[in-house]
Amino acid sequence: MIHEFLGIWNYWIVFILMMIGLYIVIAKKSLLKKIVGLSIFQTSVFLLYITFGKITGGTAPILTSLGDPIYSNPLPHVLILTAIVVGVATTALGLALVIKINSTYGSIDEDEISAIDLVEFHQNFPDRNLPNKK
Amino acid sequence: MDIILKNLPILVVITPLMMSLVVALSSNYITSWIISCLTTFVTFCFSLGLFFELQNVNLISYHLGNWIPPFGIEYVIDKVSIIPILIISSISFIATIFSIKFMMNEISLNLIPKTYCLWLLAIAGLMGLVTTADVFNLFVFLEISSLSSVALVAMGNKMDKKALTAAYNYLIIGAIGATFYVIGVGLLYSITGTLNMSDLADKLPMLGINKVVIAGFGFMIAGIMIKAAIFPLHIWLPSAYAFAPSSVSVLLAATATKASIYIIARISYTIFGGTFELYAIDDLRFFIILLSILAMFAGTIMAIYEKDIKRLLAHSSVAQIGYILLGISLATSSGVASGFIHLVNHALIKGGLFMSVVAMGYYLQKRVTIYSLSGIGKKMPITFFSFIICGLSLAGLPLTAGFISKLYLVKAAYDSEGVWLCFLILLSSALSLIYLWKMIEALWFNPDDNKDKKVKEIPEIYIPLVLIAFLNIYFGIDATIVTESSFSAAESLLKGINQ
Repeated sequence: MIHEFLGIWNYWIVFILMMIGLYIVIAKKSLLKKIVGLSIFQTSVFLLYITFGKITGGTAPILTSLGDPIYSNPLPHVLILTAIVVGVATTALGLALVIKINSTYGSIDEDEISAIDLVEFHQNFPDRNLPNKK
Repeated sequence: MDIILKNLPILVVITPLMMSLVVALSSNYITSWIISCLTTFVTFCFSLGLFFELQNVNLISYHLGNWIPPFGIEYVIDKVSIIPILIISSISFIATIFSIKFMMNEISLNLIPKTYCLWLLAIAGLMGLVTTADVFNLFVFLEISSLSSVALVAMGNKMDKKALTAAYNYLIIGAIGATFYVIGVGLLYSITGTLNMSDLADKLPMLGINKVVIAGFGFMIAGIMIKAAIFPLHIWLPSAYAFAPSSVSVLLAATATKASIYIIARISYTIFGGTFELYAIDDLRFFIILLSILAMFAGTIMAIYEKDIKRLLAHSSVAQIGYILLGISLATSSGVASGFIHLVNHALIKGGLFMSVVAMGYYLQKRVTIYSLSGIGKKMPITFFSFIICGLSLAGLPLTAGFISKLYLVKAAYDSEGVWLCFLILLSSALSLIYLWKMIEALWFNPDDNKDKKVKEIPEIYIPLVLIAFLNIYFGIDATIVTESSFSAAESLLKGINQ
């Protein structure tokens, strides 16, 4: 039982990282921390791909004169290279948005931003048709 | 000429992708607009070329870099994918012609070439989504289209700074959706060793009942459902559409979610079609029918209570996505066909509605609520008339395109589920008349609130606007093209199940 549990320890790490990342995205109020959480979440998926590409004792898939070596599947690595690029683009765009939000609102806290928005809404439409929320 | 015809499947994707770089380098905003118009027009011509080519064959398979399919990336144009290809290319062409007037109004002039760069990137991403037959390649296009749409939404911050937070939420939620999709793809790859859709479809039924396949299916569908804004996962959509620059709302509302819904159909029928009996997928199907009914009602009711006119249309989009998904989840040939008919018609309807609404808000220089548009219809009669046509089409009045799709949907629902489902569909379309009337009342019957402002027609947008209104009527009278291609799409999708 314990052997089975530990035998797939890298899947457990993937699983734990995934949950940590998703939790940060959902629970944290800071827009910056959400991006960090998203990054962790995406990285866990990279680990997942790398994990099932790996074969114990496998080497890089290079032709040698020593016959046929056991090699790890290179395709997940290549896929993950693409996914890393996508992840970097997502993070960069997110950070750019956070900078822009910080310079317009003066805050990167979700609650403060929605409070600012609500106050301004009331100033723009003082007399009629206030939104139902709050 | 021959080389173009041979490479049409990749050209529809590559043309906007490459031209986006050219547009980004152009210094003048008019030049960038003209280049974008030409690019989308050429893309549209290529799509038409594919359409005519498909009249003779069932399927065009294109091997990227001449690598044989299970190993290399394959692009497949068949009776199914030609429908979203034509929708996206035609609507994006119309929206590009329409866009410049509003871009000049809402975005700093020096940023317009860069905006068109993102615009073409988004179109390229969407075209790639619907042409590719490789599940990982699909993820890349998913991210190209959604990252560029996020940046486009954020461009609305000159008008209203809330565009930034809307774009941020769109980014975070969209990225979670895409990552879920990649997890699903990874799980399927780990157990089948292939990424090609038809190869997956061959290998999955051989595995028997397998937990990894179930988890993979769940992750993929959940991820794409976020992108398609199916009801409980639609939170990002209303504010993203409402705060985006006007022309971007038109483009996104008419195309973006359509591509995602097409992918849902592809995943469930093409990839997992062979495993339907194995997993007794009917229970899940019922769950998705339930979700679409919820979407129909929740979207309509939120729209009824909404004051902001672009948000109202976005909420109504959530409801219409419910109709499309309902049709597709019926899993009968008439049901799936009705889903595709509504996919086409809804692109025309929502494109037209967003166009006319943003045109009426053009002179107000701020985001528009229903009340700030009071009585504006009399000053812009042609725009208002197009609005009415598209609105009636949304409600499903006879002689409009919306009627055809409602007709087929109700018929398919009656055939497969019974009277109760027809009743729910008709009830929610009746409810949609409420918010429609609310808009018409404010726009035409209310006293004019903007007497001091100079409000008049914008002749520059007549061509795209009247064209799309005309199409709404034309496809209501003669819907043969739409229905025929939808039915052949449904047949070739459901082939996977019936094998």
